[in-house]
Amino acid sequence: MVKTPATAMTSSVEAVASKTASFDLQNVSVSYGSEKALEGVSFYIEPLKVTALIGPSGCGKSTLLRCFNRMNDAIDNVSVEGLIALNGQDIYAKAVDPVSLRMYVGQVFQRPNPFPLSIYDNVAFGPRTQGVRKRDELDEIVIDSLKKAALYDEVKNSLKKHAFELSGGQQQRLCIARALATKPGVLLMDEPCSALDPISTGMIEETVLHLKESMTIVMVTHNMQQAARISDTTAFLLRESIEEPATLVEVTDTTTMFTQPNDKRTENYITGRFG
Amino acid sequence: MNKPAKEKTNKVIRFQTGLQESRRVVSNGLIEKITTFRNTRALDSMATVLITVFGWTAIFVLIGIAGFLIHSSMRAFDEVGIWSMIAGTDWFPTSSDARYGFLPAQVGSIWVTIVALAACVPIGVLSAVYLSEFASSRFREIAKAIIEFMVTIPSVVFGLIGLSVLVPLIREYLPVDSGLIGLTAGLIVGVVCLPTIISISEDALRSVPRELRHGSFALGNTRWQTAYKVILPAASSGVFAAVMLGMGRAIGETMVVLMLAGNAGIIPGSPLEAARTMTGTIAQETGEVVRGSVHFAVLFALGLVLFVSTFIINLIADMVLERSRKKWRR
Repeated sequence: MVKTPATAMTSSVEAVASKTASFDLQNVSVSYGSEKALEGVSFYIEPLKVTALIGPSGCGKSTLLRCFNRMNDAIDNVSVEGLIALNGQDIYAKAVDPVSLRMYVGQVFQRPNPFPLSIYDNVAFGPRTQGVRKRDELDEIVIDSLKKAALYDEVKNSLKKHAFELSGGQQQRLCIARALATKPGVLLMDEPCSALDPISTGMIEETVLHLKESMTIVMVTHNMQQAARISDTTAFLLRESIEEPATLVEVTDTTTMFTQPNDKRTENYITGRFG
Repeated sequence: MNKPAKEKTNKVIRFQTGLQESRRVVSNGLIEKITTFRNTRALDSMATVLITVFGWTAIFVLIGIAGFLIHSSMRAFDEVGIWSMIAGTDWFPTSSDARYGFLPAQVGSIWVTIVALAACVPIGVLSAVYLSEFASSRFREIAKAIIEFMVTIPSVVFGLIGLSVLVPLIREYLPVDSGLIGLTAGLIVGVVCLPTIISISEDALRSVPRELRHGSFALGNTRWQTAYKVILPAASSGVFAAVMLGMGRAIGETMVVLMLAGNAGIIPGSPLEAARTMTGTIAQETGEVVRGSVHFAVLFALGLVLFVSTFIINLIADMVLERSRKKWRR
C-alpha cells in the first residue's frame, strides 16, 4: 500500500482542489465497533464521471459513501482501514483536516435537510464559513449555485423566504445548491431522490448530468433505472449473510453492468431476483 | 401463508370432519371472544371516566387556588385598594398608620431573579450545548442523571451552603456591610434553577434532527460552528422556554431568599442592598399576622400577584415550547 507523505492539511487540500478529482480505494474496510460492515473494497473513481453505488439495503453503500468525506468521523465507534486517496492524497492521513476536506467533497443527503434559515442564508452558509463576507461576492455565489442546481428560476424573487416553505423537491435542490456553494470538486449523493416524486427526481437527475461536466459525482441509489440512466460507472456491493461483512462484487462501466454483468450475483440483483 | 389464515383453515377442516370436540373448541373460543370483548368495553369506558375526572381535577385545583386567593384577598382590595398595593412604595404593615405597598417586595424579587438568570443562563445553556453536542453518550447519561437528581435537592440545603460559603466571601470581597444581600440570594437561586435550565435546553438541542448536524458538518463546519450557527438557532425557542421556566422557578423560590437576601423592607436600589422578595414576605409574616385582619388579606393579595406572574411566565414558556415541538413535525 502506497501512502502519500502527509503534508500540511491546507496545502494538500488546495493542491488536490486545483485538479479534477479522482478517488483511489485500496482494500478499504469499515467497522462499527467490533463488527465489520465492509471489507476489502478496492476500485478507482474516475474524474468528471458519475459513479453509482448499488446493492440491497444494509450492504454498506452509505457507509462507503461517508468514507469519502470522513463523515463517519461524526459517528461513534466507526473505524476505517485501508487507503482512500483523493488525487493521490490519503484523506485519512493525520495532516488532513476533515473540516477542510468536507468543503471540497460536498454531500447531499437522503432526506432534504435545509437549515431553518432563508433560502439565501442556506446557500451562503458554506461560503460564510469559508470567510466570504462581501455582499456582492456572496450574491454571485448564491445565484450561481442556485442556477447550477436548477432552482434559481423558481426562487429568484423570494430568496428571503424561509427554506421550509419550499416543496420537498425544491428543498433537495436547495441542498444541492448549498453543497455547490463551497465549490466542491466532488459531490457525494446519498439516495438523493428517495424522498421525492418522479418529476422532482427527473429534475435532479438532469442537474446531476449537467454537474458532471465540472465535478466528480458519487451517488448511492436504490433505483437501478436511475443508476442506468445517469451513471457512467456502477459499483455493486453485497452482503451475502449477516455474519459476513459486505464486499464489492463488481465494478464496471454502467452499460456493461446492465447488459452483460460478469458475476451471477450481479445479474440476479439487477434482474430483480433478490434484494 | 400467514399464521391466522392457517389457523382458520385448520379450524374449517376440523369443523368439516364433524368432530364434536373440535366444534366445541371453536364455539368456546367464540363465546370467550364475545365475553372478553364486553369486559374490555366496560373497563375501557371506566378508564375513560377515571382519566377524565383526574384530568379535570388538576384544572379544578388550579381554578380553586386562584378563586381562594382572590376570595381571601377581597378585603385588601376593598380597604387598601389595588393600586396603592401594587404601586405602593412603603411596607409598614404593623405600624399604626399601616402602609401596604408591594414595590419593595416586587423590586426585591426582580433583582434576585435578574441576578439568578444572569448567573445561570450562560452556564446552563453552555452546559446543555456541551452535553448535547460534544460529550460522549456515556458522560451525557451520567451527567444528566446527576443534574436531574439536583432538581430534587431541597433548596434549604443550597441556602445553608450559601450561608456558610458565599456570605463570608461576599462580605470579604465586595464593598458591603453584610453578606445578606440580593446578590447572594440571587447567585444561590441561580444554582437552584441551573438543573432545570440545563435539562430542558439539552432536550431542546437534542430534538434538532441529526440530519441538520450532518448537513452542517458536510459543509465543512466544525462541531462548535455547527452548535452555534445551526443547532442553537434551530433550538432557540426550546432554549428560551427553558430560560422562562427557570425564571418561574427563580421568582417562586422562597427558602433561599429568606435565608440569604437580608429581608429589609425597603426598595433595594441594586443587588448589593438587602432585599426582601414577595415569597419571602409571605413566608415570614403569615405566621405572625392576625387571621382575618387587613394585613392577612394583603398577604393573600401579594400571593395573588406572585401566582399571576409565575402563571404568565409558565404560560409563555409552554406556548414557546409547543411551537418549537411543532417546528420539526414536518
